[in-house]
Amino acid sequence: MLNTNIKKVIVLGSGALKIGEAGEFDYSGSQALKALKEEGVYTILINPNIATIQTSEEIADKIYFLPVTAYFVEKVIQKEKPDGILLAFGGQTALNCGVDLFRQGILEKYNLKVVGTPVQSIINTEDREIFSGILHEIDVLTPRSIACTSIEQAREAANTLGYPLIIRAAYTLGGLGSGFCSNETELNKLADNAFSYSGQILVEESIKGWKEVEYEVVRDQFDNCITVCNMENFDPLGIHTGESIVVAPSQTLSNDEYHKLRALSIKIIRKIGVIGECNVQFALDPNSEDYRVIEVNARLSRSSALASKATGYPLAFVAAKLGLGYGLHELKNSVTKETTACFEPALDYCVVKIPRWDLGKFVGVSKNLGSSMKSVGEIMAIGRNFEEAIQKGLRMIGIGMHGFVGNRGDMEIIDIDEELVNPTDRRIFAIAEAFHKGYSVDKIWEITRIDKWFLMRLQNIYLLRSQLIGFDTLENLPADLLQDAKKLGFSDFQIARIVVKSSVSDMNVESLKVRSFRKKHGILPFVKQIDTLAGEYPAQTNYLYLTYNGSEHDVEFQHDSQSIIVLGSGAYRIGSSVEFDWCSVNAVNTIRKEGFRAIMINYNPETVSTDYDNCDRLYFDELSLERVLDICDLEDPKGTVLSMGGQIPNNLAMKLHAMNVPILGTTAEKIDNAEDRNKFSAMLDKLEVDQPRWSQLTTIEEIYKFVDEVGFPVLIRPSYVLSGAAMNVVSNRDQLEHFLALAAHVSKEHPVVVSEFIENAKEIEVDAVAKNGEIVAYALSEHVEFAGVHSGDATIVFPPQKLYVETIRRIKKISKKIAKALEITGPFNIQYLAKDNDIKVIECNLRASRSFPFVSKVLKTNLIEIATKAMLDVPFEKPDKSLFELDYVGVKAPQFSFHRLLNADPVLGVDMASTGEVGCIGENFYEALLKSMLSVGYRIPKKTILISSGPVRGKIELLASARMLQERGFTIYSTGGTHHFFQENGVETEKVYWPDEEDMSPNTLDLIKQRKIEMVINIPKDHTKRELSNGYRIRRNAIDFNIPLITNARVASAFIYAICKMEMDDISIKSWDEYK
Amino acid sequence: MRKVKLVLECGTTFEGKSFGYEKSVTGEVVFYTAMTGYPESLTDPSYTGQILVSTYPMIGNYGVPSDRKENGLHRHFESDKIHITALVVDNYSFGYSHWNAQTSLADWMKSQQIPGIYGIDTRALTKILREKGSMLGKIEFEDEPIEMVDPNLMNLVAKASTNSVETYGEGDKTVVLVDCGVKNNIIRCLIKRGVKVVRVPWDYDFNTLDYDGLFLTNGPGDPTMCDITVGYIRKAISRDKPIMGICLGNQLLGLAAGCKTYKLKYGHRSHNQPVLLARTNRCFITSQNHGYAIDPQSIPEDWETLFYNVNDNTNEGIRHKTKPFFSTQFHPEASSGPVDTEFLFDDFISNIKVPKVR
Repeated sequence: MLNTNIKKVIVLGSGALKIGEAGEFDYSGSQALKALKEEGVYTILINPNIATIQTSEEIADKIYFLPVTAYFVEKVIQKEKPDGILLAFGGQTALNCGVDLFRQGILEKYNLKVVGTPVQSIINTEDREIFSGILHEIDVLTPRSIACTSIEQAREAANTLGYPLIIRAAYTLGGLGSGFCSNETELNKLADNAFSYSGQILVEESIKGWKEVEYEVVRDQFDNCITVCNMENFDPLGIHTGESIVVAPSQTLSNDEYHKLRALSIKIIRKIGVIGECNVQFALDPNSEDYRVIEVNARLSRSSALASKATGYPLAFVAAKLGLGYGLHELKNSVTKETTACFEPALDYCVVKIPRWDLGKFVGVSKNLGSSMKSVGEIMAIGRNFEEAIQKGLRMIGIGMHGFVGNRGDMEIIDIDEELVNPTDRRIFAIAEAFHKGYSVDKIWEITRIDKWFLMRLQNIYLLRSQLIGFDTLENLPADLLQDAKKLGFSDFQIARIVVKSSVSDMNVESLKVRSFRKKHGILPFVKQIDTLAGEYPAQTNYLYLTYNGSEHDVEFQHDSQSIIVLGSGAYRIGSSVEFDWCSVNAVNTIRKEGFRAIMINYNPETVSTDYDNCDRLYFDELSLERVLDICDLEDPKGTVLSMGGQIPNNLAMKLHAMNVPILGTTAEKIDNAEDRNKFSAMLDKLEVDQPRWSQLTTIEEIYKFVDEVGFPVLIRPSYVLSGAAMNVVSNRDQLEHFLALAAHVSKEHPVVVSEFIENAKEIEVDAVAKNGEIVAYALSEHVEFAGVHSGDATIVFPPQKLYVETIRRIKKISKKIAKALEITGPFNIQYLAKDNDIKVIECNLRASRSFPFVSKVLKTNLIEIATKAMLDVPFEKPDKSLFELDYVGVKAPQFSFHRLLNADPVLGVDMASTGEVGCIGENFYEALLKSMLSVGYRIPKKTILISSGPVRGKIELLASARMLQERGFTIYSTGGTHHFFQENGVETEKVYWPDEEDMSPNTLDLIKQRKIEMVINIPKDHTKRELSNGYRIRRNAIDFNIPLITNARVASAFIYAICKMEMDDISIKSWDEYK
Repeated sequence: MRKVKLVLECGTTFEGKSFGYEKSVTGEVVFYTAMTGYPESLTDPSYTGQILVSTYPMIGNYGVPSDRKENGLHRHFESDKIHITALVVDNYSFGYSHWNAQTSLADWMKSQQIPGIYGIDTRALTKILREKGSMLGKIEFEDEPIEMVDPNLMNLVAKASTNSVETYGEGDKTVVLVDCGVKNNIIRCLIKRGVKVVRVPWDYDFNTLDYDGLFLTNGPGDPTMCDITVGYIRKAISRDKPIMGICLGNQLLGLAAGCKTYKLKYGHRSHNQPVLLARTNRCFITSQNHGYAIDPQSIPEDWETLFYNVNDNTNEGIRHKTKPFFSTQFHPEASSGPVDTEFLFDDFISNIKVPKVR
């Protein structure tokens, strides 16, 4: 039933990864592109996210690294003349762009068919009022809400709806003026407050504490509907589903409830007219079958990616095919390959999703979870029972926890009740602590309203811990009890810690003892398949997980030394994201092309690497030493690849090596030589390679002494952090004292590393591949910002545009020396500082780095493919291309998610804060920069700009920019010092007052709030408290009022130069392959 | 605790732990893949004689609801008692939580003397049943040996059916429902549509009654055991009164029409079976529970396939080409399972209320 009129389509991607829109759209986009390709449809992908799998040659036919906005998409439409467009696979970004294209008449103008759900259906779900109106037409309930303009009206509304209620101030940001009230007194107070923010308030029935349940629904053009998966939130309503622990399938719903909501989902998808996939979120009363529909997403979503991984049902792939006209029954189940895709997966396991937060990376942000999303990644754990899955999951999120119990006292939760009532990212551990303090399931339920079933299951874990703790030695531990512990998901490490208890012994050694003890007793995990039909039909599926709740393996093991295990990157977090997925997938592809079987281990549901289609075997399981050893024992691989998944696999090198696991590429000892600061430093000294002076210190006195030697500023890296950022640059003694007193703890056990910090130095990265210590390919790129901005937050240019030839020559030479000394085989990355041709090494990682996909795609040389071949010891062609021969430039720009993080200071520092990145290619540096900055949400200002240029260096840097803006007729607003400096240097600006000069007008904050400024440039100056707070308020307001903000002087001047030299129309619309 | 094991006809043994009533039992071991609805499934008379294996590992999560009655029928159960012989699960949920739960699954099973065992790799077990077909088995407690007996050699319908004639609901039109082991929801679905239902035993000659529509229900075991019923149905199809059948009712209507039935290797017991309305693109997700099916090759001239299974092409329903007779192998009444095909009851009722001549 294929619609043969569609031969060429545009697919919109989701751009950079950000909070709320992350790697899941690389997965869904890649799946859609694969489906289109299978049907012979020519695909044109627009996505500036260069680190994704979908922006790879073999996935889409043509790729544009351009912003996903109506302007650029229209340009591509003009050029490519496609027949159709797909809007559902690039998250909210693509959806919004699609709606813009529709409203601006562009779709009609170019006669473009929307493949899949019609735009009007999308609009109907996006507008709350239209949406609830439509649902009411089919008697489907949504939360009742009454808009009021007076306190009397509010009281009347309250009487109609009944308490408890939510009061929301209309048209405010970040939930200002909102709250819950359960009686009239509280209502009066809240409403009064809300009216101070807005003339209109919404009085809404409160369904806080209700169960939150989601369904993933699919519909084809014949009106056939299925629900692929339902999922239940562990956390009741009140916490955003992206912030909740989620379980699939639902655990506490009766058949009636399950099918009532399922039938409603289908009724809704039919009414909306979705062709493809949609997600329906319900609130379900825990005391009846009453329900409300909270939200419908008429597109692929994070939940649909999770549902795909949870069930093995490729939602995006199927949705794309349905868009082309197929019926569900005409498609095959891609797991069994025999049965139809028109079915609903039956699970014989349980999955648990847990979000990963990085709130500690942001200054000022509240750790409380609520109705907005703050998490930066997630994991999915699979088990045959809830306990097994959640304990796996709590280890997978990678925050140093070993499961529900058996964690160190670090997580000391002082006020358990407070933590339970007002949950933060640590609530689950507060529950463990509550059990420890003797709280009953009922009491915890009273406080949290988490369904008792979940709490009882958690209590099972706690009770088993209590049994274990009665034993002091492994030898006395009954095998039955050990088996029970493993069935409830206890790791060897947890068991070691609970049984051995000693704080002296090395827990890693002890857990290996547990391992050999249980192997002696034959307590081993079994490998099970995920086959979508719970074993009903035979399936040749390679989608696997391990469990102790079983008695046989579903698969056989070949032991032929032809398989290679690749360790993935785990949960996305700040600093480790889709780029490592690209590396892992490319390693897997190369391994398969070379005739080996590739086995992937990873547990991040947002990734392409966990698509079972991509490898010979996928173990959706932990990247812990224990689990990797389990898998190696079974698979007996030829080798393991640890250099593709970032730091998690890298950290396992020595441990795996010690257990005789074969590691491909650079040896574990050499990895350790690069990772261990002292060893690496000694090696550099021996090679006569310079590095910033540093020392590891254990007393405050030593620190002062060292600082006296090297002088300020210094970079401080404590190993134990009390609060605030883990790393910091301090410029004077006051700051040093302040930082040490507030943020760091110094002792023998917790040394502090202090390094000399070189100002105004360039930072340069080398991404390279070596074989047996010889560099075979490399890419050298340059940061726009001076050193001091984390390399993950830096704007990076490749090939470098402003480096001395001598600098490059020296860096190459040093890189060669290091590669030789570490006998590198495989990928590596070295970061350098350069000042006046003086080169210092900052860091060296013997693994792929964040910038590998970027440089590989700009250079059009797949460094990972070469690296993998080098590690496999198979022949490869040494690239002859030199980076000086490129006639174009690539710029990688960071994406920040500050708008999602209420109160966070949007400022850059030595610790990474960006959640994603884009990479664009241009004819020259400025064009590439402009494209990439537009891709991460900057807009070109036309008339007004606010500059507060910070330290003298910033002022000088921005003077030329200000002059250019002045020549182009801009109104420049500037704060005191900047105004004065510019004036002295002949640039007229309008003086504006600092936020705390409230009586003076014009005040910066007023201008921002009235949106009289199109861009804010605020260069932070780390001096007095007053300036810090003023700067913070300007920056924060710019974010809250959605005004583009730049906080680095060098980036600001480059951006201003670009916009002054170029109009939008000058930006070339060229696909990747057109850059030759 | 007494040791307990599941022994299969093929010789494989699984050791488990007991959570139900402690009694050795024997039956046909079958697996079902639904993820919800154990109170409904356990009370489904079609499971008579069967040791039920749940592929979903965690069972008992939401306890068991009250035995409250509504219109003479249990509100939450599909019949008056548990019909399965025993239940086999991986992970029995000792803790349960639900607003309408009145007791735990274990206590409920104990009160009705039904054994249950847990701690069994039900996926491994399911794979054996899938590969070798449904087979006999027994749950054996230590010191309580028992012989295996094939329940399909017995007339299970006679066991599952009612002894008396009962009436439910009110309405101008009367539906005679031949109870071969009926699920309560079939009766609920009918009376909800405003008809009077007269429930008669499986071997009752309903042709003696004055009725507007005939309903042939689900039930356990081999349809060829119900010669008597088939004979009565044969008489009914010589007349023109609307007929609808479900599950066993589909097979009985088929036999009466002249079709043959056969035993499936391991049957369909799940909530996710796709059936296609023949000659259209309409595909429905259905709830199923059967071990026998109509051989589509044997459907006579004046009858045709109404639905078929998209996965294995087995028959999922037949209808008469001219008369208002149709039946489905799947369960439009669901309970448990998806409710997407409940509209078929509307079709039946409209056949009764507005007689159509095609």
